[in-house]
Amino acid sequence: MAKMIDRPSGLGAQPTPEFEEQKRTWEQASAAGKPRTGAGSGAVDRTISDVPLKTVYGPEDVAQLDLARDLAWPGQYPYTRGIHPNGYRDRLWTMRQFAGFGNAKQTNERYHFLLSQGQMGLSVAFDMPTLMGYDSDAAQARGEVGKCGVAIDSLADMEVLFDGIDMGAITTSMTINGPAAIALAQYVAAAEKKGISRKLLGGTVQADILKEYIAQKEWIFPPRPHMRIIVDMIEFCTNEMPKWNTISISGYHIREAGSTAAQELAFTLADGFAYVEACMKAGMDVDSFAPRLSYFFNSHIDFFEEIAKFRAARRIYARHMREKYGAKDPKSWQLRFHTQTAGCSATAQQPENNIVRVAFEAMAAALGGTQSLHTNSMDEVLALPTEKSVEIALRTQQVLAFETNVTNVVDPLGGSYYVEALTDEMERQAEAYFAQIEEYGGVVEAIEAGFFQKEIAEASYRYQRSIETKDRVIVGVNAFQKEENLAGIELLRITEEVERAQARSVQEVRAHRDQSAVAAKLARLQQACRDPKDNVMPHLIECVNAYCTEGEIVDSMVEVFGRYVERSVF
Amino acid sequence: MANRPLRIIVAKAGLDGHDRGAKVIARALRDAGMEVIYTGLFQTPEQIVQTAIQEDADGIGLSILSGAHMTLFPLVTEQLKAQGADDIVFFGGGTIPPDDTEALKKAGVREIFTPGAPLSEIIEFVQRECGKRREKVG
Repeated sequence: MAKMIDRPSGLGAQPTPEFEEQKRTWEQASAAGKPRTGAGSGAVDRTISDVPLKTVYGPEDVAQLDLARDLAWPGQYPYTRGIHPNGYRDRLWTMRQFAGFGNAKQTNERYHFLLSQGQMGLSVAFDMPTLMGYDSDAAQARGEVGKCGVAIDSLADMEVLFDGIDMGAITTSMTINGPAAIALAQYVAAAEKKGISRKLLGGTVQADILKEYIAQKEWIFPPRPHMRIIVDMIEFCTNEMPKWNTISISGYHIREAGSTAAQELAFTLADGFAYVEACMKAGMDVDSFAPRLSYFFNSHIDFFEEIAKFRAARRIYARHMREKYGAKDPKSWQLRFHTQTAGCSATAQQPENNIVRVAFEAMAAALGGTQSLHTNSMDEVLALPTEKSVEIALRTQQVLAFETNVTNVVDPLGGSYYVEALTDEMERQAEAYFAQIEEYGGVVEAIEAGFFQKEIAEASYRYQRSIETKDRVIVGVNAFQKEENLAGIELLRITEEVERAQARSVQEVRAHRDQSAVAAKLARLQQACRDPKDNVMPHLIECVNAYCTEGEIVDSMVEVFGRYVERSVF
Repeated sequence: MANRPLRIIVAKAGLDGHDRGAKVIARALRDAGMEVIYTGLFQTPEQIVQTAIQEDADGIGLSILSGAHMTLFPLVTEQLKAQGADDIVFFGGGTIPPDDTEALKKAGVREIFTPGAPLSEIIEFVQRECGKRREKVG
């Protein structure tokens, strides 16, 4: 056989003398340039996450890349270029707007509106008492009912929430963590009451408790019992709900809490691997559950850094799943993710500018190959969004998907010296964090030591300082300000009457049910909580069907598991 | 005693877990030379006022991003009055619409800082108002 012609395996082709000469000329010209001064000039040499940047990138920055090993083609391991061979040509991302406010009836009306406007999936936002496991009439719930999401106290509310919606056809994402297993039980029960089998249900429940301790702070039990409940849930879904994505491992809230892009990437994937390890330790085969794990990332305003982050996420995940955890099914290697534009990048000043920010962030998500997308509404920095502003946010996605043509070519930035170098840098930083977490003994141990919390607080303070010093410009905040009177701006308001009515409604539910069944089901649930070999999910469904309220179920579980108390650091 | 640094309670109330802002403010006030006590999450208005009194605090900064501000801020001002401690400078911040800011100020909250407020402005406010209180109360 004839000797193969030597071809470089990477993007960094051997430079010719002419090219080298051009480079030297450029270096001289560049050195002679006069850097601009003034607002925003202090951070031109780094990303928003403080990753140092060169003025321009070239072949030497990607010389270490091996095309087959590091990039391949779309739909091929390690999926840097996307998980689908044809990207968005075969299937666009799912436009899924996160929505919920007031009571189940009000939110149900918003869902019908969104579906009528072309939204493709549902995403439930719950209010704080529901997220923290309290009923609407609990003392802890005062002032919070229906405020930043919908109040769901029992199966009765879940039935109203999905009234007139075909639960067998739509997919639903529920953003809830501490009481995630209870929300899932309610969803299953509500569908089955309509005669729809749990086998047909598609969607996901977030149920990522590790990032709650790290960033969002909506926990109930301490980490270890919470992990057990999640493993129970994954096992239950694997056996009983073949279309359900069991858990959505989330970096969104880590980023919102002030992390850098690399921290978001590293901490989220570390959480994901911790769930994989917990399930494997419980005796599950990795390929039985891994294909149904899903992820959720933030899309912040630093355009290329975000795209690099998404690409790196897929590559790191594939490598770990195949090499470290021994998964054999390609579906187990593929990182599928939802994206939401960065709430923390929105400003209360000149709120209309947020429409523009959201559009850029949404485009980064599309160029990064997201599977579904939520675009924030311009007024979410002031209150829950109005119907008008939600419509603009949805239209932003539609313009992106149908008019800009960025969907026509898969991974259009693949091969860009800059994007490839930044993708590599993201991977390198994430691996360095994995090593640090390993030194603590794992994610739970690192949480208990306050490692993540401290790292995030540091990053968020550094970022804030760069705005104070005007190294970074936020339009309308530290530059281009104008006097504006926002008083009287049209906002969505949740009245106190919602709280009173919801409190009455949960009391009604408690008054009209078989009390002996309630007591028996809760007692049986506690028994399951005490026995690590039992699975809590079937017992939760029984409780929910007996119209036990969320607060009652959580209280019963807290008796067994206890409540988590954080050691606060700032 | 006049040179004792200002002592500020940074508080989170209700069920709201958004602590990014509270932590950044706590750190900024500390870096500006004040003593800062961060309450941690999920405090009741009663607990916050108790902490402020026990710690002999000059000011309380309360952060709420969950929408419960119209309930929780007034509960703190009521508690301060009930405990005869309404000389303590009570300010706050969070996701608070402009109309609500006006209503809260009328109800006795000294200032509301919304997203984007410069740290320097917040530090300056706390130093000025708490300084005035020191002169009066000693």
